[in-house]
This record gives sequence, C-alpha cells and structure tokens, in this order.
Amino acid sequence: MEHRLIVSVSPHIRSAEDTRSIMCKVIAALLPVTIYAVIVFGLSAVWVLAASVTGALLGEAAMQKGRRMPLTLGDCSALLTGLLLALTLPAHLPWWIALIGGAVATVLAKGMFGGLGHNIFNPALVGRAVVFVSWASYMTGSYAVNRAAEAAAGRPVVSIGLANTAAHNALQRAVDVVNGASPLAAMKVVYDPVGALAVPAVQASNYYKPLLLANPWGCMGEVSALLLLLSGLYLIAAKVIDWRIPVAYVGTVAALSALAGRDPLFYVLAGGLLLGAFFMATDYVTSPISRRGKVIFGAGLGLTTFLLRFWSNNPEAVMFSILFMNALVPLIDRYLLPRPYGWVKKGKEGRAEA
Amino acid sequence: MTAEKPLRRMAAPEKVILPLQQHLGAPNRLVVKAGQEVFVGTLLGESESFVSAPVHSSVSGRVLRIDMHLTPQGKSQLCVFLENDGRGELDPGLASPGDWREMEREEIRAAVKRAGMVGLGGATFPTHVKLSPPAEHPIEFVILNGAECEPYLNSDYRLMVEEPEAVLEGLRIIMRAVGAERGIVAVEDNKPRALERMGELVDGEELQVRRLPTRYPQGAEKVLIRTLLGREVPSGGLPMHVGVVVSNVGTAHAVSRFFRTGMPLVERVVTVTGKPIREPANLLVPLGTPFEAAIEECGGFSSTPGKVLMGGPMMGLAQYDLRVPVLKATSGIVALSPEEAGYQTPDEPVCIRCGRCVDSCPMGLVPTFLASCAHFGKLAELERLHVDDCIECGCCAYICPTRNPLVQLIKLGKQERAAARKREAAVRKASQGGGNSGGA
Repeated sequence: MEHRLIVSVSPHIRSAEDTRSIMCKVIAALLPVTIYAVIVFGLSAVWVLAASVTGALLGEAAMQKGRRMPLTLGDCSALLTGLLLALTLPAHLPWWIALIGGAVATVLAKGMFGGLGHNIFNPALVGRAVVFVSWASYMTGSYAVNRAAEAAAGRPVVSIGLANTAAHNALQRAVDVVNGASPLAAMKVVYDPVGALAVPAVQASNYYKPLLLANPWGCMGEVSALLLLLSGLYLIAAKVIDWRIPVAYVGTVAALSALAGRDPLFYVLAGGLLLGAFFMATDYVTSPISRRGKVIFGAGLGLTTFLLRFWSNNPEAVMFSILFMNALVPLIDRYLLPRPYGWVKKGKEGRAEA
Repeated sequence: MTAEKPLRRMAAPEKVILPLQQHLGAPNRLVVKAGQEVFVGTLLGESESFVSAPVHSSVSGRVLRIDMHLTPQGKSQLCVFLENDGRGELDPGLASPGDWREMEREEIRAAVKRAGMVGLGGATFPTHVKLSPPAEHPIEFVILNGAECEPYLNSDYRLMVEEPEAVLEGLRIIMRAVGAERGIVAVEDNKPRALERMGELVDGEELQVRRLPTRYPQGAEKVLIRTLLGREVPSGGLPMHVGVVVSNVGTAHAVSRFFRTGMPLVERVVTVTGKPIREPANLLVPLGTPFEAAIEECGGFSSTPGKVLMGGPMMGLAQYDLRVPVLKATSGIVALSPEEAGYQTPDEPVCIRCGRCVDSCPMGLVPTFLASCAHFGKLAELERLHVDDCIECGCCAYICPTRNPLVQLIKLGKQERAAARKREAAVRKASQGGGNSGGA
C-alpha cells in the first residue's frame, strides 16, 4: 500500500465555478441583446462590436506584456469589458472610436490600476466616458439623424438656429423630439410647462413599447429593455450577480420618479438604466463586497441617477452615477461589513470572557 | 456514496496502535508496561487533570511496546502498541456504572470521564467537561447534532437509523447530567429516514426532532444553535453561555452504550469512502486500527488515490502515511482521486471581489479581507476584522472563483497573531520584572 499522496491544508475540494466561467455566463447573458442590436442596427453595429472588443483585448495584452505579467486573456474579463463598452455605444459610431474606447478601458481603467481586481472604476464605463467627452458629437442621436438625413438628401443638412429664449429652446427641443432625440430628452420637454404646450400629443407611455421591444434612439445595449430584463433575471437566477444592486438601483429610480410626479415605468425603461443596473453596477470589482453595502450602493446609484436626470442638462445620468458611486465603494466596504456572528450586543455583553 | 450502507463491525487487526492522548487537554500518564496482558476496555493511560480523557485498550492481548508513532494529526506521539490475541476478551473490571436515572449529576459526569468519552465529531473535547457547566450558566437545551459535520461522512446518520433508541437514551443521559429540561434532535433535511426514525421515538415535548436545511457547515455548533434557537454564542464564548450544550450523535450513542454495558470508548463509526475506495462502507472500527487496515477492509483502493484524509473534504487532514491509527477523532477516512485532489492555488492569487466568500461565511466575516491582511502581515487589522471568530470551515476557499487559499491564509494569520500576542506578553512581563528589580 505505498502511494504517493498529496498533502495540503483543507479544504480539499473546490467549487467548479471559476473566474472564466463567471465571465462567460455574463457574456452569454449579453448575447441575446447583442444579436438583437445587430439585427436592428445592421452591419455598423458589428463594426462597433468588433472594434471595441479588439481594442479591449489589445489593451489588456499590451498592459500585461508591458508589465511582464502572465497573459490572462483566457479569463474572458477583457472580452467582457469590450462587449459591455460596445453595448454602451451607438451603432453608428465610427469604428476607430470604439477601438480607442476599448483600449482605454483595459489600459487606463484596469491595467494601470494593477489589472483584474484592482481597478476602482468600471473599465467599460471609463472607456465610454472618455469616448463621450472626446467625441461627443458622434455620440448623440442627432449625429445619426443628420447622417441619415444627409444620406437621404445627398447633401449636408444645416440645423435651424433659433433665438435663445425659453420658449424657443423648448420649441427647439420639441423639434428634436420629432427628429429623434432620445426619449429622456423628449420627456424633459414634455414635462416642461412650455414644451408640453409644444408637443401635447407626446406621453411617457407612448414610449413603453419601443423601449421594451425595439429602441432606435439609444446605444446598442438599450435596444430592448425586455431582453435586458430577461438577461438580468438569468444572471440573478444563476447566482452570478446579487439581486440587491439592480433592485435597489431600479427601485430607487422608480420611487423617486413617482414621488416627483413623473411616470416611473418610463424612467425605468428609458436610457441606460437597465443595462447599467444589471451589467455595469454589478461589476464585482467596482461594487461593494457585502450585501448591506450592495443595498446602499444601489440606492445611492438610484439617487444620483434621479438627480442627474432631472436637474442636469447632461444626458449621461447612469454612466456618471455608476462612476461616482464606484469611487465611494472603498468607503462603503470600510463601514458596511456584515455583522459578525456572536457580536450582537455591542460593547458590554458582546464578548464573553474567553 | 455510503449513506445507505449499513454499519458493519470490522474485526480488530493483529496490531493496534493507541496514542496515549486522544483528547483536547492535559496529557495522560501511562498505566501499562510492555509485555503486560490487556483486555478490551483495559485502561492504558489516564490523567488526574479535569480536562482530560483516559484511553482504553480496544483489543485483548499484550502490550508489545510503548513508542513514538505518527498520528493522523501529522505529529509523532507516544503510543501503546498492542498485539491482538483475537479472543476479544473483555476486561473483568468492566461493569455498568448503574442506572443513570438513579444517579446524581456528579456521578454521571465522573462515570463519563472514566469511560474516556470525547466529542466524536472530531474536536475531541472531553465530554464530561462539557457536561459540567458552572451554576451561573443553567442549561436549557441539549442539542443532539445530527447534521453530519461534513459532506461524505455518514457515521451519525447510520447510528440514527440503526440504533435510534441508544442515541436518544444517550441524549437523555446528557440532559440529566446538565439538568436540561429539553432536548432537540437536529437532523438535516437530506436524511428523511433519520428524521422519520427519530420522530417515531420522541414525544415532541421533552424531546423534539427538528429538520434543518442541508447546508454545510450546518453541523458547526455555533451555526446549529443559530439555526435552531436564533441565539448566537458570544464571540470567544461557549454554547453554555446561551444555555445550550451540543452533543454529537456518536458521543450520545457511546455514552448510552457505556451506561448499559460498562464498555468505555474503544471503537467508533468511521465512514471509509471516496472514489478510489473499492467498496465504501460505514465501519465500526476498533480504535488504534491503522488506516490501511480499515481501507483494506473496504476492498482496498480500486484506483490510485491522490489524497487520503482523516475527516471530510472541507476540514479533513491530509495523510501521507497510511499506517497512522484510527483515533477517537476519526469520523471518516476519505480518499480523493488525483484529479479531485490535484488543484493548484495560483502563485499570485487575485481577488475579483465577487463577494462569494462573504456571502458563504457562516460567521459573518469578510474572508478576502482577512486573507489579504494575513498575507501582508497586518495583525491589527486582522483583529478589527474578527479573525479569531473564524471557525475554519473552509467555505470561503471552496467557493472562491479565483482559487484564493483564503481559509489557509486566515489560519496562518490567526497563528501569527497568537504568536505576536505571546511575544508582547513576554516582553511586558520582562519589562515589568526589570522595572521592579530596578526599583529595589
């Protein structure tokens, strides 16, 4: 009975789940919406996807080579970052911008902080933020509309300037609504006293169906709220993500919108909220580690998004909310850890004499 | 794998090796000499110290020699080597201590100590100590822990199914010894037959059976008490601080057997299982039987083993030499195939902060923070994060998707902190001593 036996400290068995299988499950959850985006937006979506993923993989590889670290593209985390970034971009974006965005995500936001597990901000959203501030005009809906109009007219379209008065601004925004501005921008007009006069026919509920099924206004990942919802529920059921962050986030946005007298369902479906709540805010590395922390994090996201959506002229509420709350995660982790067993009554009787 | 395999008594091998100390506490003094004749149940070693448990012979025959031998804990220890004459003669001095219903608490405790009873879940804390709570901590409940301590192990389950009367009598004896009015038999819901058999025999008033969710580490006593009673044992405290005594099923069984027959603790149920074992079984094994003999009793290995453990896969101790003896602490002998055993921890583990370890920790700790503090030697931070409350169940390391050796690092951190505390105390003592002599 002579055998060469392995000796090590317990435990001696391991769960089959590893980083790669988790990343692959998230990627799988994103595939339906990705494929649907390609169907709705056409070939240009493929270019943006390919460029963003390529940029992210190249960035990751370059960082790891440069730092003489082992290559870990096989863990699929950079692939996921590239895919997530692409889904936050409009399909009409020039491919080279997506490529740069992808590289920025893995180099600037991830590699420079020390790689997987060490970054403070969500890499995909940093990539998007850089793209957004650098090439803002390419990101907006009117860029796409103008390009479509140019294509149709065969010549550049010049937008009509109006005097800078409140009423005229509202009218201008009303025109944008007709021209295809994002639903959130449109609702700003609708809920504006002057704008409501200008576009009396537009209701928040008019947007339910397109937002759920085929949203032409937003970025690729926002193409169908229904698909995002289903994918998000799959990730929760598969125990890949915790329900607390999306539920607290979406719930807070809905509750605050309702309190403000606006249509809560619209504000849940519109913009990047569902994509952000299920896939961005739940990023392990950049969200709190405890369940209590996750609830606070989600509620904080909801509050920030509400404030930005209702009182900021900037349309990027979800992105900035998540990046802002990312910065608070170390603080949350410091003070909102689970209560350890056996420490019920603080101080006096908490600890028995050992 | 072995849940439905009935208990089978294995014949004692030709030689058994009994370590002189098989409990947590003070060491035993040897009371036999080489060459001396012994019987089943003959005392081999004992101690006057309160926190100790004597060791008895598990065979009849002769003391071959007294020598150091490797034990499953990985250290060499003074052992009594016995030659088995195969007759299985009982020590003439063995007698039931009497009817426990008539006995005073003190008498029951003294008898339990004489019998060498220790917690058979694996911790081997002397049972009579557990049965002696001070008067300021009255015991309300005795919980009979039928939640198997680890996956793979079925020793308690088999006893509950096959000898439920003896198990429940053991529970009643323990209740009487600690003056508890109520007993709870706690069984995980993956053992419907045990729930059924136990349920048939209890009245639901004094004794009740409670169904527990099957979730490791349900059998850890602190977790068990929270699940059943919603009480939490204070940090650094014992179950008695919340009016509870927890006993293992095997211990209760051994106690009742002792009161019926006078037989001290000389054998125990050992689940021998795992992929490489040809015929996994639940064996009644004489203490001191070498692991290799118990494995041989199960048909030996059908394939090359990668690891052989004493205990289960979550907290078991990996063995490198199968000549080690079965101890009072040996709840199972589990063999893993090389594939199961061969995972590697990464050289530079990464934490992706997924929170799985946090969610899985039964003690509400943050294993990943503890492990990184241990890794970087931040001892003060380890204390802030309650490192000493870790029960080392291994859930965190099991679940970690980046294969971080979490519980391993935490154990290391605990030891380093304990060592640092010792050093500090020594320094304080020395400097105080110096101050005094300087003043004089």
